[in-house]
Amino acid sequence: MENPYLPYPVRIDDIEVATEDKSLKTFKFVFLNEGDEEKFAYQAGQFAELSIPGVGEIPIGIASSPVEKGFVKFTVFKSGVVTTHLHQMKVGDVMGLRGPLGNWYPWDTLEGKNILIIGGGFAFTTLRSSIVYMLDPANRSKFGNIDVVYGARTPGMLLYKDELVEWEKRDDINMHLTIDTEAPNWDYNVGFTPTITEQKAPQADADTYAIVCGPPIMIRFTLPVLENLGYKNDRIILSLENRMKCGIGMCGRCNIGKELVCKDGPVFTLEDINLTPKEY
Amino acid sequence: MKVIKIDKAKWASGVSSLQGTYKIIGPAVDGDAHNFKELAKGEEPDFNFLNTKLSPKSIVFPQSEKMLEYSVDENKEDHHIMKEVKKDYSPRAVVGIRPCDAKAINLVKMNFDTDDYKDPYWLKLYEATTFVGLACDKPCDSCFCTSTGCGPYNEEGLDILLKEDGASYVAKALTEKGETLLGAAGFSDAGDEAAFEAGKKDAEAKITSSVQTDKLKDFSTLDLYNADFWEDLSFACLNCGTCTFACPTCWCFDIQDEVKGKDGVRVRNWDSCMFPLFTMHTTGHNPRGTKEHRVRQRFMHKLKYFVDKYEKGIMCVGCGRCVNQCPVNIDIRKVCDVMNNHVPEPVK
Amino acid sequence: MEAYTEKIREISERLLKDGTVEAVIGYRKGSVENSNEPCIVRSSEKINDLVWDSNCRINLANYLTNRKDKVAIIAKGCDSRNINTQIIENKIKRDQLFIIGVPCSGMTKKEDSSDLQENCKVCHHKNPVVYDELVAAEVEETKVDRYEDVKKIEAMGVEEKWEFFKDLLEPCTRCYACKNACPLCYCPTCFVDESKPQWVGKGMDPIDVRTYHFLRAYHCAGRCTDCGACESACPQGINMRHFTKKLEKECFDQFAWEAGLNSEERPPLDTFKLDDPQTFIK
Repeated sequence: MENPYLPYPVRIDDIEVATEDKSLKTFKFVFLNEGDEEKFAYQAGQFAELSIPGVGEIPIGIASSPVEKGFVKFTVFKSGVVTTHLHQMKVGDVMGLRGPLGNWYPWDTLEGKNILIIGGGFAFTTLRSSIVYMLDPANRSKFGNIDVVYGARTPGMLLYKDELVEWEKRDDINMHLTIDTEAPNWDYNVGFTPTITEQKAPQADADTYAIVCGPPIMIRFTLPVLENLGYKNDRIILSLENRMKCGIGMCGRCNIGKELVCKDGPVFTLEDINLTPKEY
Repeated sequence: MKVIKIDKAKWASGVSSLQGTYKIIGPAVDGDAHNFKELAKGEEPDFNFLNTKLSPKSIVFPQSEKMLEYSVDENKEDHHIMKEVKKDYSPRAVVGIRPCDAKAINLVKMNFDTDDYKDPYWLKLYEATTFVGLACDKPCDSCFCTSTGCGPYNEEGLDILLKEDGASYVAKALTEKGETLLGAAGFSDAGDEAAFEAGKKDAEAKITSSVQTDKLKDFSTLDLYNADFWEDLSFACLNCGTCTFACPTCWCFDIQDEVKGKDGVRVRNWDSCMFPLFTMHTTGHNPRGTKEHRVRQRFMHKLKYFVDKYEKGIMCVGCGRCVNQCPVNIDIRKVCDVMNNHVPEPVK
Repeated sequence: MEAYTEKIREISERLLKDGTVEAVIGYRKGSVENSNEPCIVRSSEKINDLVWDSNCRINLANYLTNRKDKVAIIAKGCDSRNINTQIIENKIKRDQLFIIGVPCSGMTKKEDSSDLQENCKVCHHKNPVVYDELVAAEVEETKVDRYEDVKKIEAMGVEEKWEFFKDLLEPCTRCYACKNACPLCYCPTCFVDESKPQWVGKGMDPIDVRTYHFLRAYHCAGRCTDCGACESACPQGINMRHFTKKLEKECFDQFAWEAGLNSEERPPLDTFKLDDPQTFIK
């Protein structure tokens, strides 16, 4: 019997400070045992439990993309017991990784569709995974237009800045980067994410899906904007977060109604979410 | 299906003879009540009980259970690498489990044994266990099993159903596991199945308390969730875990790391949806931040979410433990009826 | 008892009707033998739900913490002392409350309706110490030795004490009914739930179980009124009052203190006075 609680042993291969306030770091892990990377085959939108022996586990969205081989990456906000400990760990340290867990953005449904990605703050991790996946030469032709609205408080708080700059230069993805207030040497948009979405996002049609990830306040103000742009609830895709322990639908705490955020989610359409109690 | 008659005079020696092959777990006096425990050699299960105070769920789902172990000693080659804890999964038999508690284990199995994931700890203990049920001829006042899809002679989840019949027991082997156990105990005299029929009728007639569940599945989740009765139903609740710990169908758990010196274990402990910490985010935001949220979650889970998810009825077997043990007398029978008889506001 | 019930209903109805309070916190008849359920009544249609008998064990002060509305509350002697404690500790304001005082002759045990709860047998404050209206004439207070049981344990040897406490807590499942029934246990995050740092393990290790009970008792020292809510709530029948009562006795011996007799004076372990006894410093 496979033990879904037993993490794969991994080594921290690289640690990068991801934001100017140092509250986020990106950890690159490599698997210690041969064959584990193949077993960890994942899709953009899934998460995993970062498992630190003696400290505990924390569910984090996978920031690397299925098309990137040889490692997995997570960008982690320093917040609770486990993430605080993780931020103090060093390259070379050994820990565990359990997953991949949960569902993913519905890539089968999204094939042939235009994609609008809206991200805010540090909830850009699985969105990065998704963009890298879609821009991969093997996949780009499967999707129509790709628009990305991504906002943060300041330029220094945007994740994956080097990649953002690269994507800005491409003509097969429309980037709409924004920061909350004016800053020196900032050549892009200024304003909150919902506002920029209103100004720059494409109008809805039957072939366009919006994927929204961000802090609750951003989501609250973005959803009416999408409605105004004509997006139907079954065309709006969100990724939820709840306190989790097992990650495999057994420990009982992360449910919204009968749906388990860890197993039936974290990805839901707004239409599905509206049928459940708002317990997230 | 074999029916065996066991002379009470031969019962003790038969059970005792199993103890080479099986651990025997049975009801025993524990303070002012009965509880299940592993019986010592020669100790007989004490059948002089109505039902045990705590359910026997801990036989397959211990309150505190080691899952993984590891060393955090960096001088060791395999430091920080987690391994499964070696455990004893030798055969065991729980003798005298009530049909409600056995059905409960069957319901809980749906949570731990899924198409996507198998919980190895729960399942290995479950598979190692032979469930010998004791038909319930003297139900308690608070029993309502006949209206929960269960009953005093219910056979679900059992390998053997045992019934007291004067100077003997009659045993019905319901599975191969059950037949094996009866054979190993040396019980082989043919018995009469008719004893079960009559006993069942009498016992069912003694159960006068019931719940109504027929309409639960027809409501939308949000109709029940947003109903106006939750404040009244939850006011008294202390948010202790008594109901969830006593309940044979409550399975929620927490996972914790514990380190002593350089040796660590990852442990799972029973948890409770009544506790605020159960759903508290690191940010301090709690999606079920009030007692009304938490009481609603417990009853919605048992009486609506579970009903919709599995289509196997409610997640309650009518054992009455929560009814009797709740310090403030919150009664699932009342809650269930209020939910079932809810009249949703007409859509405007 | 029926006269009490009638009077409680009469006062409650008047208070709801004339708008003195938004709700009445009391008890309604339970569904199982020897049980009542704390309830909140908001309208006069539900007035007849309210009952009074010897099964009103749960301390209603527990339901006042951080309330914002104006309510009436039914209070026995112990409840009234805990209401005072909640007022002292800024959990509720006196002017938010209309206290319907009930002179109490003791609550009976859930498992035996002919036997008074242990704390009621040694109660010195049967009559409410604070109220706006009494439902009946005060009952006579009795004076017995409150601490006979504590003295028995004090007289034990170290080994014997250890065994006694070990056995006492052995049945605990950490359901926390005791702390949740307790009108003193309202900390936003109980120390057992703290994660930074984590003070106690969460499993069934006896050290963790005992740590929980000892620390909880100490946190109640000088605040506990011996209302017995913890014991009556415990589904496992644990007499955890052995701990709280020892501390209550210490506070009485050291400071001549009984908790909650008024709403002005803070409990002795909550204040510092130059003439505090220092006999505990060894």
